Amino acid sequence: MSSRRSGGSRISDDQIADLVSKLQQLIPELRGRRSNKASASKVLQETCNYIRNLHREVEDLSDRLSQLLASTDTDTDQAAILRSLLM
Amino acid sequence: MNPSSLKSRFATRFLRALTQIHARKPICSSSPTEIFRRYRRIKAAADKSMAYSVRSRKTWTGAVLWKLRSRSCGRRSAKTSTFIKSQQAIMKRTRHEKQNKNTTTTTTTGEHGVGFGVEASELRELVPGGEAMDYCNLLDETAHYIKCLTTQVKVMKKIADFYSL
Repeated sequence: MSSRRSGGSRISDDQIADLVSKLQQLIPELRGRRSNKASASKVLQETCNYIRNLHREVEDLSDRLSQLLASTDTDTDQAAILRSLLM
Repeated sequence: MNPSSLKSRFATRFLRALTQIHARKPICSSSPTEIFRRYRRIKAAADKSMAYSVRSRKTWTGAVLWKLRSRSCGRRSAKTSTFIKSQQAIMKRTRHEKQNKNTTTTTTTGEHGVGFGVEASELRELVPGGEAMDYCNLLDETAHYIKCLTTQVKVMKKIADFYSL
């Protein structure tokens, strides 16, 4: 059957399947799937793509913020930002 | 909103960092070099703020902070690989102590066999500290990492929108 695992490691196939489906729920691409049985390979692939997208978004936003900071002279009102953020 | 949520902890820290970065404006603050430098500082501040805002014990946050510290001290990337190698050495030792036969290379059957294949190694490169994690931890940390990244992106977007008004 599957590989031999000693009692100490306690990593079961079910546990892995749970983790994989948990990941699946987080990824917008795969979340709508009623089947919920996307293969682990597909989930990992989409996860990688999703993380890359998020990294790129962070870079773009940092870039945008650096330009915006350059052009902002006045001291911005942090309290106002926080309030609107937390609403 | 919950004032002690990850989102508000991150937002507070990051805004504070942005204010500090903003305050260090040199005379020529719109040159491409300056903007690039500021971009790097902002990105580092965002990653650092998120790593510090996480309460639970995660490997990826340590890896992020480690990388940032090594970079800021001007050390070469050899230091990062030293960190990873030491983590892997620890992982190998504990795994060896737990298992008699190490069958974790390619022989698991079923779809979970791909855990040790190409996709998993790609994922390991994307998640900070992923190289040193076992497959289960990798999946768990990835889920957490994604949650934090999406929060980071949401907050950064709101801040950018606010500044561009």
